[in-house]
Amino acid sequence: MIRKNASEMAAALAAKEISSVELVNAHYDRIAEVDTQVKAFLYLDKDGALSQAKAVDDARAKGETLAPLAGVPVALKDIFTQKGVPTTAGSKILEGWRPPYDATVTANLKKNGIVILGKTNMDEFAMGSSTENSAYHPTHNPWDLTRIPGGSGGGSSASLAAFEAPLALGTDTGGSIRQPAAVTGTVGVKPTYGAVSRYGMIAFSSSLDQGGPCARTVLDAALLHEAIAGHDPKDSTSINAPTPKVVDAAKRADVKGLKIGVIKELQGDGYQKGVLNRFNESIELLSSLGAEIVEVSCPSFEYALAAYYLIAPSECSSNLARFDAMRYGLRVGAGDAEAVMSATREAGFGREVKRRIILGTYALSSGYYDAYYGSAQKVRTLIMQDYAKAFAGVDVLVSPTAPTTAFKIGEKSNDPLAMYLNDVATIPVNLAGICGMSLPSGLADEDNLPTGFQIMAPAMEDQRLYNVGAALEAALLSKWGAPLLAKAPALGGSK
Amino acid sequence: MNYEQVIAKYEPVMGLEVHVELNTNSKMFCGCATVFGAEPNTQTCPVCLGLPGSLPVVNETAIESAIKIGLALNCKVTPFSRFARKNYFYPDMPKNYQTSQYDEPICFDGHLDVEIETEEGPKSFRIEIERVHMEEDTGKSLHMGGATGRIHGADYSLLDYNRAGIPLIEIVTKIIPGTGKYGPEVAKAYVAELRDILRSIGVSDVKMEQGSLRCDANVSLRLIGSDSLGTRSETKNVNSLRSVERAIRGEMIRHAELLEKGEKVKQETRHFQEDTGTTRSGRSKEQAEDYRYFQDPDLVPVAPSAEWIEALRKSLPEKPSAHRKRLQEAWSVPDKEMAAMINADLLGTVEATVNLGADPTKARGWWLGEISRIANEKELAVEELSISPKDVAEIVELIQKGELTDKLARQVVEGVINGEGTPADVIAKRGFKVVSDDGALLAAIEKVCAAMPDVAEKVRGGHLPAAGALIGAVMKETKGQADAAKVRELLLGHLGQA
Repeated sequence: MIRKNASEMAAALAAKEISSVELVNAHYDRIAEVDTQVKAFLYLDKDGALSQAKAVDDARAKGETLAPLAGVPVALKDIFTQKGVPTTAGSKILEGWRPPYDATVTANLKKNGIVILGKTNMDEFAMGSSTENSAYHPTHNPWDLTRIPGGSGGGSSASLAAFEAPLALGTDTGGSIRQPAAVTGTVGVKPTYGAVSRYGMIAFSSSLDQGGPCARTVLDAALLHEAIAGHDPKDSTSINAPTPKVVDAAKRADVKGLKIGVIKELQGDGYQKGVLNRFNESIELLSSLGAEIVEVSCPSFEYALAAYYLIAPSECSSNLARFDAMRYGLRVGAGDAEAVMSATREAGFGREVKRRIILGTYALSSGYYDAYYGSAQKVRTLIMQDYAKAFAGVDVLVSPTAPTTAFKIGEKSNDPLAMYLNDVATIPVNLAGICGMSLPSGLADEDNLPTGFQIMAPAMEDQRLYNVGAALEAALLSKWGAPLLAKAPALGGSK
Repeated sequence: MNYEQVIAKYEPVMGLEVHVELNTNSKMFCGCATVFGAEPNTQTCPVCLGLPGSLPVVNETAIESAIKIGLALNCKVTPFSRFARKNYFYPDMPKNYQTSQYDEPICFDGHLDVEIETEEGPKSFRIEIERVHMEEDTGKSLHMGGATGRIHGADYSLLDYNRAGIPLIEIVTKIIPGTGKYGPEVAKAYVAELRDILRSIGVSDVKMEQGSLRCDANVSLRLIGSDSLGTRSETKNVNSLRSVERAIRGEMIRHAELLEKGEKVKQETRHFQEDTGTTRSGRSKEQAEDYRYFQDPDLVPVAPSAEWIEALRKSLPEKPSAHRKRLQEAWSVPDKEMAAMINADLLGTVEATVNLGADPTKARGWWLGEISRIANEKELAVEELSISPKDVAEIVELIQKGELTDKLARQVVEGVINGEGTPADVIAKRGFKVVSDDGALLAAIEKVCAAMPDVAEKVRGGHLPAAGALIGAVMKETKGQADAAKVRELLLGHLGQA
C-alpha cells in the first residue's frame, strides 16, 4: 500500500479496504526500516498522528462526509509551526521550541483529515540546495545515499522517494520545492505567491517564500494543493480569490492546441547533457501530443541569481533578527542582554545563515541600499516584464528544473557560488511571484539519476501547470511502462 | 545663566516629535486587547510576541485614526503608502525591528496654529507639520534590583509585551524658528492644542502621565539674527505639558552655558527629570544609527480611496479653537480670563463642570481659584488632585441652594482633595450644616449684642461698619455654619437698621 499514490490510498480508505490507522502505521514501519539511511525526518509525532488517524476512521465509520485526502498521511517540512510539536526550521537556535499555534497550512491539513506523520529535515531556515545546511544532519537521496536530496526541502522530497510518506509539504523561496523534486524523481509545485498562506511558515524571505505541495504524481500534488491553498485573513499578502481548479486540470491532461514556450536562457552552458536530453525528449512528447512549441527569450534572467542573492539575504537579515534568546529557543552565555543575544546567535546559527545575514545587513545599509537592494528590486521588475511579454504569446513556459542531477554530499559544501547556481532556473519564478512545477522527465544518461522538467505559468493560472504536467506525466508513463520511482534502488530489507 | 540672559543673546530653534497611542480596541497588527495597566504579558499573541512564522495584518481603525489626525492637522493624505521595517536590537522589541513608515508617511505637509499670551497681547504662531506616520509601540522593560530603576546597576530586567504592537502615530513638526523668548511657551501650547485636537476627534486617551501622548523635544540655539542652525539635543521623557515648557527652557539654558564657555553642544538624546527640571545625558547620537529601513514585505500598501478620505474629513468635529471661541461667547468670559483658563489647561475641566449644571463663572472661580491654589501648594497639577468636575458642580449647587456657605465650601473642597470622599461625605463627616433657622440665628445675635453692648449701640446709632465685628462674633458663635449675608440681614433688622 505504501507504494501507491495518495489518490489510490484515498480511494482505498473511502472504500474501507484499509483504515487510516493501518495506513499510518504502515508508513511508520517503513520509516523505521529506511530512515536511518535516508534521514528525512527530524521529528515523528506518532501519538498525534495515530489519534488524528483514529478520528478520521471514526468519522468515516459514522458515515460523515470527509475531505478527499482524509486519512492519508503527509510529511510536514519543519518550517511550518505545529501546535505542541517541536519546530526548528532546521536550526539549533530553535531547538526544543514547541509552537503554541498551528500554521494555516498545518490547520488546513488537519481540517482536511490529512494525517501529519512528522517534521522533515531541511536546510537551516530554508537556506540551501542540498539539506546539508541542516543543523541536525544531512538527508540522503534515496536514489543514491551518497548524494544530496536537493534543498532546502530535501527531507520532504526524500520521504516521498523513499515511500516514507505519499505526500509532503515544502516551501519554495528560490527553488526549495522544485529542485529537490527534480533530483529525487518526484513532483513539486511552487504555487502563485499569495495562493498558500504564509502564516506560521517561518520566514526566510517574505516576498519570495511560498508553501506548496510535494507528491509522487501530478494528481496527488493537485489534491494536496487544493487542501492547503486559499485566502487567509491572517496573511496580508494572501490573495483573496478562489483557488484555481488544479484537480480538474490534472484530470484533464490535454495539451492539444496549447502554446509552450522554451526559455532560451535556461539551457545550454552549465546544464548537464543528460538533463538537456531528457528535457528535449519531453518537449518532443508534448509536441507529439498536439502542443505548439516555440522558443522565447527572457533577457533579464541573466541577472536573476544576483538579484535573488541580494533580496533574499536582505529580507532574512531582518526576519531572523527575532532569534535573540529573549523569548524562546536557545539561550547561551551570560551577562547583559546584548552579550546573551550575541552569544546565542553565534552558537545557534550555522555558517550559511550567518553568511546571508551579513550579506543582507550590508546590502540594506545606508549608502549601499540603492546600489544593492534597490537595484535588485529593479531587476525583479524587469524579470516580471520578461515573463509578462513571454506569457502574452504562450500558455506556459518550460525549462529544465535544475542544471544537474543530484551531486555528492560534501561536493559543493565549500563553494557557495556553485551551490547557488543550482537554483538558476527556479529563482526567476519566485522573483516574479508566478507559479512553477517540477516533474520527473527521466534519468540522465551519465549517472542514471532523476532529471526534472519545469513548467511555469502566470500568477493564479496554476491549473495550467497541472494540465500540462499531467499530460506529460501520462505520456512518459506509457513510454516507460512504470513510474520512474520503480527504478529507484530498494532501501532497507524488504519492499 | 538665567533665562533672561539666554534670550538676550540667543533664540531657540525647535522640532517636536509627538507619539500618540491610539485608543483602538486592538493592536496595530493583531487582535490583542490594548487595556492600560493589565497584568504583564496577558495581552499578547504569536503576532505581537513576534513568534516565528507569525504575520502582521493592519488594523483598519488605526489607519482611519491616522488619516483623521492628518486631516485635523491640515495635512495631505497620500493615496498610497507603505510600511517599512526599522531594524535594531532591543529586548523589549519582539521582532527586533519596528514596523513603521519611512519614506512614505500616510500624511504630510500640514500645519497647526497656536495662540499664546505675550506682552503685546495674544499672538498666533504657525507650526508646520512635516509628517504623520503610523508605527507600533514596543514592549516595556522593567529594570529590577538597581536603585534607580535604570538599566545601569540593575540585577535583571523584566519584559512586559502588553504594550508591544499598540498603534502609535508619530507627528513630526518641521523646524520651528522665530519663536524667540516664547519658544518654551509655544511648544507647550502646540502640544496642548495637539492634545485637544486628538481628544476632540476621539482617537486617543491623550494621557501624558500614562504615556499615551509623549513628546520628544529637539532644541538648538543660535545667535539672534543668525540663520545658521546649532547642534540640537533631543529630550525624551517629557511627561506633562508643564514639563514641555520646563524641559525646553532648561535645555536652552544648558546649551547657552556651554556655548558661552566656548564648548560644543553634543548631539545626543537626553532624558528629562521631573524632580529637578533638568535633563541627563542618554545615548549619544553622534554616530548616526543605521536602521536599515526597507519596505515591510509582510504588509500590503495602504491605499485609502479619495471617497473615504473625504468622508473622514466630513466626520471631523468642530476644531478646538472654534470650540473655545464658542464657549467664550456663551460664558461671556473676558479675553484675559479665557487665556488664563487655557494657560492653566483648565478649559476642559471647567466645561465639564458647566455641562454638569454649574454656573460658568462659579465653576471657573473654583477651578482657577481655590483648587489651583491647593494644587500649587501641593506642587501638583490640578488634574492630579482627586477632585472631579462632578464634585465641583455639586458644591456650586449646594452654595446656590444656601446649604453651604463659601467658607464651608472651601473646607469641603479641601476635604474632597484630601480623600475624605464626595462633597456629601465631607459635609456629613465634618458635621457641616448651614444654620438657616432664623430663630437660632436671632438667639445668637441677641447673645452677641448682649456681650458687646457698645458695638451694638454704635450700629443702632447708624454706624454700619461696626456691624462687621458683630457678624464675625455671630459666625463664631454658630461655628461658621451660618450664611454671613443672612446674619447681616437679621442683625441689622434686630438693631433697627434694616
